[in-house]
Amino acid sequence: MTSNETQWPLWEVFTQKDDGSPHEHAGSVHAADAEMALQNARDVYGRRGNVVSMWVVPSAMITASPSDQAGPFFEPGAEKIYRHPQFYKIPRGLKGF
Amino acid sequence: MDQQPQNTTEEALNAKFEARIAAGETIEPKDWMPERYRTQLIRMMSQHAHSEVVGMLPEGNWITRAPSLKREMVLISKVQDEAGHGLYIYCGTETLGVDRAELVDQLLSGRAKYSSIFNYPTLTWADMGVIGWFVDGAAIVNQTVLAKASYGPYARAMIRICKEENFHKKQGYEIIATLAKGTPEQKAMAQGAVNRWWWPSLMMLGPSDTNSPNTAELMRWRVKRKTNDELRQRFIDLTVPQADAVGLTLPDPDLKFNPETQHYDFGAINWDEFWQVVKGNGPCNRERLQARRDAHENGRWVREAAEAYAAKHSSPAQSAA
Ligand SMILES: [Fe+2]
Ligand SMILES: [Fe+2]
Repeated sequence: MTSNETQWPLWEVFTQKDDGSPHEHAGSVHAADAEMALQNARDVYGRRGNVVSMWVVPSAMITASPSDQAGPFFEPGAEKIYRHPQFYKIPRGLKGF
Repeated sequence: MDQQPQNTTEEALNAKFEARIAAGETIEPKDWMPERYRTQLIRMMSQHAHSEVVGMLPEGNWITRAPSLKREMVLISKVQDEAGHGLYIYCGTETLGVDRAELVDQLLSGRAKYSSIFNYPTLTWADMGVIGWFVDGAAIVNQTVLAKASYGPYARAMIRICKEENFHKKQGYEIIATLAKGTPEQKAMAQGAVNRWWWPSLMMLGPSDTNSPNTAELMRWRVKRKTNDELRQRFIDLTVPQADAVGLTLPDPDLKFNPETQHYDFGAINWDEFWQVVKGNGPCNRERLQARRDAHENGRWVREAAEAYAAKHSSPAQSAA
């Protein structure tokens, strides 16, 4: 009965909760086009006035970091401890540096 | 290419997975997971999503007959939330590599299960109150724990849902509280609904632990964090004082507080009735499935129109851009 139906493409939904905060991933919706994806996303992820802005992106367009090599992939960031302020020593007793 | 024999790799991956679970880590869609974890989650999450969707039907039955415009608006919003809950969880289930169309097909063809509670009829307006109070109340007890499930997309869908469920429970309890302090007929209507929904609501939390084959595995994988019997006890402990507060009685002569356990003792659940409903022989199983099939068929022209519209608007604009 439903087997011959094609499924609409999947879109990832990002919502901004209030002015100034970042867009965060909320979930996904199926829609035939971008306009409908936005409308569906509003009805599914913004029913309570808790959203001021929304992005929809075709799921297929997202490239993600490799999950099985998360360690090596992010290694270059982890090993540079001198990027953190705690790495540096300043004279004791110095206030409000 | 990988030189290791297949089973060694599989064993190593499995050990790593179990260690991650034991350490309380969250499993994400692209992470390696045992096939059994994936299939158990697809089964559990899709049943949950179907329950949200079918759960719209008993309440939808009363939207046009709500006693006031305010109650009607509230009920529409509540039912719309349940549609949203279904979509959140379908979306989470799809991250496990299954299409929503396939899941919907499983529901419509009768191969998938959904919560037993939605196969009972809604006979009076008071049923709208009791569903919010008991059924959403039991769902909150269950979903609050599932919000800590090891699978990230499921846990996140539950957190989103839990934020909305308190409205559902409160609007239901308010309906009951209003009827309970109304005319004798209104109070009797509320009591009647309580009597009909109490036992099915206890059953809704699932078979007893001694009879729940999936529980041990799901607990080990931290998908479930509490057993069905623990959830049921929590629901009962929360609900008894709420019934007292509105002067209604729960239909169980054995229900009484046990100072030793600090929990309410309760009478025997009729599990034969539960299994009958699960097997498709509840009062409304056929009606519910037929309503879903009709809705799917009647919506076909809308889907076709939307596709035609999208096709017409995409081609010239995209090549120009
Ligand atoms: Fe729900
Ligand atoms: Fe609900």
